[in-house]
Amino acid sequence: MTRLLPIALFALAMAVLPLIPGMPPFWIVLLDNIGLAALVAMGLVLLTGVGGLTSFGQAAFCGFGAYTTAVLTTAYGVSPWLTLPLALIVSGGAAVLLGLMTVRLSGHYLPLGTIAWGISLYYLFSKLEFLGRNDGISGIPPLQIGSLKMLDPGSIYYVIWIAVLICALLSMNLLDSRTGRAIRALRRGHIAAESFGVQTARAKLLVFIYAAVLAGLSGWLYAHFQRASNPTPFGPQAGIEYLFIAVVGGAGYVWGGVLGAALVVILKEILQGYLPLLFGGQGQLEIIVFGIMLVVLLQLAPTGVWPWLTALLPIKPRRERPDATVPLLPRARSDAHSGALLRVDHARKQFGGVIAVNDVSFEVQSREIVALIGPNGAGKSTTFNLITGVLSASGGSIAVQGKTIDNSPPQEVVKLGIARTFQHVKLVPDMTVLENVAIGAHLRGTAGVFASMLRLDRADEARLLAEAARQIERVGLSAEIDQLAGSLSLGQQRIVEIARALCADPILLLLDEPAAGLRHMEKQQLAALLRQLRDGGMSVLLVEHDMGFVMDLADRIVVLDFGTRIAEGTPNAIKTDPAVIKAYLGAAT
Amino acid sequence: MNTTILLFLLQDGITTGAIYALLGLSLVLVFAVTRVILIPQGEFITYGALTYATLATGNVPGTARLALAMGVVAFGFDLFAARKSLHARRILRAAAVDLGFPLAVLGLTMALAGSHTPIAVNIALSLLIVAAIGLFLYRIAFQPIAHTSVLVLLIASVGCHLALQGFGLVFFGAEGLRGPTVSDAAVTIGSLRFTGQSIAVYAITIALIVALWLFFGFTLYGKALRATAVNRLGARLVGIRTSLSGQIAFLLASVIGAISGILIVPITTLYYDTGFLIGLKGFVAAIIGGLVSYPLTAVAALVVGTVEAFSSFYASNYKEVIVFTLILPVLVLRSLAAPAVEEEKD
Amino acid sequence: MSALLQVTDVSVAYGKVEAVRAVTLAVAANEIVTIIGANGAGKTTLLNAVMGILPLKGDVAFAGESIARHDIEDRVAAGLSLVPEHRELFATMTVEDNLQLGAFRIVKAVAAQSFERVYSLFPKLKERRSQLAGTLSGGEQQMLAMGRALMGAPKLLMLDEPSLGLAPIIVADIFRTVSELKAAGVSVLLVEQNAKAALRIADRAYVMELGEFVLDGTASEIAANAQVEASYLGFSHAEKGAV
Repeated sequence: MTRLLPIALFALAMAVLPLIPGMPPFWIVLLDNIGLAALVAMGLVLLTGVGGLTSFGQAAFCGFGAYTTAVLTTAYGVSPWLTLPLALIVSGGAAVLLGLMTVRLSGHYLPLGTIAWGISLYYLFSKLEFLGRNDGISGIPPLQIGSLKMLDPGSIYYVIWIAVLICALLSMNLLDSRTGRAIRALRRGHIAAESFGVQTARAKLLVFIYAAVLAGLSGWLYAHFQRASNPTPFGPQAGIEYLFIAVVGGAGYVWGGVLGAALVVILKEILQGYLPLLFGGQGQLEIIVFGIMLVVLLQLAPTGVWPWLTALLPIKPRRERPDATVPLLPRARSDAHSGALLRVDHARKQFGGVIAVNDVSFEVQSREIVALIGPNGAGKSTTFNLITGVLSASGGSIAVQGKTIDNSPPQEVVKLGIARTFQHVKLVPDMTVLENVAIGAHLRGTAGVFASMLRLDRADEARLLAEAARQIERVGLSAEIDQLAGSLSLGQQRIVEIARALCADPILLLLDEPAAGLRHMEKQQLAALLRQLRDGGMSVLLVEHDMGFVMDLADRIVVLDFGTRIAEGTPNAIKTDPAVIKAYLGAAT
Repeated sequence: MNTTILLFLLQDGITTGAIYALLGLSLVLVFAVTRVILIPQGEFITYGALTYATLATGNVPGTARLALAMGVVAFGFDLFAARKSLHARRILRAAAVDLGFPLAVLGLTMALAGSHTPIAVNIALSLLIVAAIGLFLYRIAFQPIAHTSVLVLLIASVGCHLALQGFGLVFFGAEGLRGPTVSDAAVTIGSLRFTGQSIAVYAITIALIVALWLFFGFTLYGKALRATAVNRLGARLVGIRTSLSGQIAFLLASVIGAISGILIVPITTLYYDTGFLIGLKGFVAAIIGGLVSYPLTAVAALVVGTVEAFSSFYASNYKEVIVFTLILPVLVLRSLAAPAVEEEKD
Repeated sequence: MSALLQVTDVSVAYGKVEAVRAVTLAVAANEIVTIIGANGAGKTTLLNAVMGILPLKGDVAFAGESIARHDIEDRVAAGLSLVPEHRELFATMTVEDNLQLGAFRIVKAVAAQSFERVYSLFPKLKERRSQLAGTLSGGEQQMLAMGRALMGAPKLLMLDEPSLGLAPIIVADIFRTVSELKAAGVSVLLVEQNAKAALRIADRAYVMELGEFVLDGTASEIAANAQVEASYLGFSHAEKGAV
């Protein structure tokens, strides 16, 4: 329960704060505003800081929440509490519509898209008759519990901050789960996540909706706090400000959102109070200071204040070691199949006019280690990408245990029992080795979003983490289990990738240059591990440049050159093959 | 629909579309060279327009002083960056660009400003002032973080927009301004009347596009800028300073923005915050062009201008809603056509 | 003998991981020096640090002046040039534009001479002068990358894996050109996995393992070293056995 102790203390402090005698009511208003902003910022932390999807349009979702309750309570006399679920549904629904259109956009298109619809919705709010145009809607009834009408800032304070605390807990739970790992993998290495069955498009949409619902909740609270709703607080300027809050606080941390809200709201108050005194009453001077501070902050402390604060704490939170004895059931295998385990038949891949893989055929039998060798650009990695569904083939067919997998996405291919590593390591650098490896077991877990948020996923989670710990042990990295993946050497990161692949309980392991960057001893250990896996019934297909390693380990070798298979055979046959010597090994003339 | 209205709306759309095309082109240019999504383009427009309008009233605009202040800060940045190898030549060069240039511009402005100053002089002064601001903006806000992700640059860009817009309010006040037209002449062809101003818009747009084409196609610096856009590391390896490329890109963008502003301000009243919306419409065009294609951007800008003209006639209340919603189907199409590439670096 | 390039005690780290540890190396004027070693040994990292692409600890002196804190662009101006592993050409620009930009820091008159020299070294490039760099074959791209670097009239050319992924015949061509450069007064620092070919043209060699130099000496000494034979040239036994 040490996890909850700081949060409980914080909750207690927040509960006592308004009761302090002589507390100026103005401060309570300020705290209310901080709580409202913190809700939106928390959503942005998950969306932008963790998921890597930047949105300048969150204020519009606040608008959906606020206007929903404004219209329903004033025009239709619906009770305020009844409008809460509706407000959340409306903002979530809007997020589904906008999200379906925009979250698939890459990189900078998404933030630009959010600016565009942020402005568009702002104008819509200010033009629609039933939303009261620019004047908005006033006379919204206050929240009410029994006979207590929350008319003053001090009473709605508790509702706001209970919402903040609950949302913070739910957000933290969500991040620390199977779904959370999928979200955290979105920003870096989503191709790797997809190769282990993570539906990245769905995960993106999920956090988009989650952030929108939090914003909608904030908007709903705002409407009952102000008892009025007009377009200004939901415009593009406010959307920018929310992102600013998240960046200031620390966009990668749930509590960074709360801290950022506190800093920015208070700063804004001070600036609005003092700047006109210093410079005369002209203009929105705080905007200038805000803008300059944002630029300065990005230059000096791009990760925000929260990580800087926690680094000052003398006590580091300890990580719990998973109990490696908890069993995880093996993946369901399809019925035994008599033919080849993997059959690549005239596979072809064309990029524009360039043929990267030209009618390549080969097979991998069960319990066999096959190596794919050839010069750079010979099509080895492309062949891997065709087999694992990262690229779709231009022709030919690929079958696993007799089932063709042509052009299925990676998420489907892994279900057939194919797991892979990457030539350019694709780990999430700011996640621990354990968490990275656990992504490999994604498909072997069942817990969903709500179970994760409510922490009903612990049994499922314990099984996944136990499996991850076992695979880390197996590859000999137990000492590094709690290190951040990004802090490991490249060679070790390659081994982490192998552990992650093993977590998928595969029948065929695809390794792209696994020995690169390893020392001699480590190579021998790796070779021993791969032999052991083969003897345990797994097959391995690997791309490797280290000829000593390949010749020693492989049962069979396939040689590619310019996208074409030029030879296939045992290591001894390959060593003496004239075509191979000419194209790849090089003649000692 | 009657043909006169149709033709009139088309003409109106093409005039504004031409301006959006200029803005879109400079956005593409800046993004390609620096990876900065130039949100403050809007402020370059406003600053150009309102500086010109202020000069026309015979006053010295605050932007001239801002340019000098930014130059002083830029000089500080240059000194700090060069602290490990302080050569006299390097300092002198920095002083000339960072202090001498804006000081000369301010001096010229104060000397020449007056109610009878010729329009051409006012235009030249406005361009110089905004050019200096653009140059120093890159030096101060973006050069120190030039290596970071597009996202960080974008957030910084938003920060610059906020600050510059705030300064705009301080300098020009909340009231809108209009500037004098370049020419009051008008030509009537059939039922269409072309004002001198709209002809100037067409002529300058075309001239600028041709000039950009010549610059990028045939000059060493133009090629160096393209090279930076194509391959930053490659450019550095042949000795092209990406900071210099960035400064040139911002200089060009600020001049183009200011020209657009000066072209618009005689047609419509501009406020300190109008530029943001105009710049964003240039964005809509640039995004349709995928932030890479100049011709596609120019065509898209004409479409945006035309859609705006028609929607302001038929549904004037929802003009902005329609223009900004226009981007959504484009984004959908882009996402459907998006190749399976990974953006690991962001 | 004062070295043209003197690298002293240089370490390069990615975060906490040191990819290059306290390496010392010298290249004299008119010398071809090669660094051989396995994939991931730190060779590319070292070259990138010497060029200024990566920050380093230690000192790098070029022509007698410390350049360890210089920007890439200043190192280029000083006469240091790198042909990187991925070539980094301006793919959507013509061969001639690529070459012209290679002479970005050079006065026009000298650039004209550079054009002549590069075109005579690589006549293929002259044939393809108006073609886009991205449409060239791998070997031609390597030639263009080397040509672009030579346009700036460098004193030292650093080549990172020039043979990478090229057909053996083209590799032979490239290596022949590298030896010609020495005759023309350009020193070369060559990083190669293809140890055999590199040792054949080099004067001196360093062997790199896990971020450190484990051996150095004249190219013939290194080629004759039993340990090197086993780890880097070892496979030739199998070939010899076969032929």
